[in-house]
Amino acid sequence: MTAISTSGLTKRFRGGQVAVDHIDLAVPPGSVYGFLGPNGSGKTTTIRMLLGLAFPTSGTAALLGTDMPSGSERVLHRVGSLVEGPAFYSFLSGTANLARYDAADRHADPRTAAARISAALDRVGLLPAAKKHYRHYSLGMKQRLAIAAGLLQPRELIILDEPTNGLDPQGTREVRGLIRQIAADGTTVFVSSHLLAEVEQVCSHVGVMRTGRLVFQGQLADLRQTADARVTVQTAEPEAAAKVLAAFGLAGAQAGAGEASAALADAEPERVCAELVTRGIGVRGFAVAAPSLEELFVGLTGEGFDVDG
Amino acid sequence: MSTGEGAGPALLASGDVSAAGGSGVQGASRRPVRSWLRFFRSELRLVFGRKRNMILLVVTALFPLLIGIALRVAAPHSGNGGGGGNGPVGSFFNQLAGNGVFLAFIALSSLLILVLPVVVAVVAGDSVAGEAGSGTLRYLLAVPAGRSRLLAVKLAVIATFGLCATFVVSAVALVVGAVLFPIGPVTLLSGDTVPLADGLLRLFFVTLYVTAAMAALGAVGLAISTLTEHPIGAIAAVMILVVASEVVDSVPQLAAVGPYLPTHWWLGFDSLLRAPVDSYTLLHGLLSFGVYLVLFGSFAWARFTSADVTS
Repeated sequence: MTAISTSGLTKRFRGGQVAVDHIDLAVPPGSVYGFLGPNGSGKTTTIRMLLGLAFPTSGTAALLGTDMPSGSERVLHRVGSLVEGPAFYSFLSGTANLARYDAADRHADPRTAAARISAALDRVGLLPAAKKHYRHYSLGMKQRLAIAAGLLQPRELIILDEPTNGLDPQGTREVRGLIRQIAADGTTVFVSSHLLAEVEQVCSHVGVMRTGRLVFQGQLADLRQTADARVTVQTAEPEAAAKVLAAFGLAGAQAGAGEASAALADAEPERVCAELVTRGIGVRGFAVAAPSLEELFVGLTGEGFDVDG
Repeated sequence: MSTGEGAGPALLASGDVSAAGGSGVQGASRRPVRSWLRFFRSELRLVFGRKRNMILLVVTALFPLLIGIALRVAAPHSGNGGGGGNGPVGSFFNQLAGNGVFLAFIALSSLLILVLPVVVAVVAGDSVAGEAGSGTLRYLLAVPAGRSRLLAVKLAVIATFGLCATFVVSAVALVVGAVLFPIGPVTLLSGDTVPLADGLLRLFFVTLYVTAAMAALGAVGLAISTLTEHPIGAIAAVMILVVASEVVDSVPQLAAVGPYLPTHWWLGFDSLLRAPVDSYTLLHGLLSFGVYLVLFGSFAWARFTSADVTS
């Protein structure tokens, strides 16, 4: 059984704009799944459909093997979630806010509520601020309270939509630490972000969205393997060097300022270097580098402001 | 004020969380009534704990006091003081000098024009739109509270708040009336005189009748509240509806539509102050409230269970 699975999941808004376009998610149980994509690529709309907040135009979604949205009330109590930023009652304390959400849950046992609430607050480090009004919380505290709400019950799946949004580096580290802890308990974590760097350290799997479509899904290691290493030569004669690289059979040879580069593919770097020297190119520096995940990610999702489709 | 620091005395810790995880969860879902009551109490605390709503109740309570003092200070025998010369309301004013109980009827009929509808409109208009606007709606639904269950609890609390406001008016008016005016056997609109106890019982039923009217308005407000994320808009829409209905109801040429208007039967409570009770008006009023409650309750349900939550 997959923790989350969707088939042809599609959301078309009333204006005709397709926010989510036939995506087939498969989130293995026990994984930490990074759901990546730039802002506006359909991540939040997908999460809203997963949680039964929005109804799909077509396609199906299932959480923990239960169809959504029809199974909302049978399955959602096993799922903790943070959707599009924290939202609480500003005039209530942290404790009272969690008690409010707990009281809405028909599966929650009122006799254990107080203990579960303080345990959840303790887990996110908010126990000292438990009696403080929500409106006096800092952004990081609000975010942590939302995660605490997701931890009020033992969960099999936690869905976190942009949990590090607006946090300082310290807060981001804290959230990452929490995700690691939650995952260590065997809970499947589905975490969305528009910044790969914020989640790549904790993810085992990733799905990448671009303008409503899922353009990559798989293990993080698989994404790394799609990377083509490039060879870069620092030289005073970039044009000539690029010609040599092309003549050697390397694809995508190009000349830049003071350097030339090409895709390495199956060629051996030693022989490429020897070839350059043999052809009389003055080699000042020679490097083979695979693109960073960040570059791969940008390659998949497009550069900033690249709104197509 | 403390807004019931969440747990409250009813939710004592049992100590062992892990033990509660498995068996406790099932135990709770096997007690649906208890879980409903818990959600209802939480909603009550939320609505009654809000400063704005408490101020509304206090201001509502001040009106009967001010009306009582004003009528006591003004010539107590002038029948045309304040409310008007004709109809049952005019009779209430005429009767007041002889019997303080009538201050309750005066207060209810005066406040029914605007103040009580405003109180109900604020709570009902805010009910769903307020949660949507602040984003708490998506978390309640993800809990999951259940869309139908959430709506039912909202409506129950709106009705409870309307009941409180109405009974506050009656109770304060009765006390103020008893202090400022004589109290004794009640002369009904039909001319019969009944003992004080009978009069007070009739006041109780009158207050319940007004509560039913406010519950029906609450259902209208709840339905409007499901249409927007802006509570102020929903509140304003409910008030415009009330005023428009009252205006149309006051135009003689439009008398044919009168009985179908939401506000038409509100003042029908005077039918309880006749001997025998004017059951035609009473039953038509209650039927009208019931129809509005069911109609708009169903509309709210149909809308709320099928709409995307986008806030």
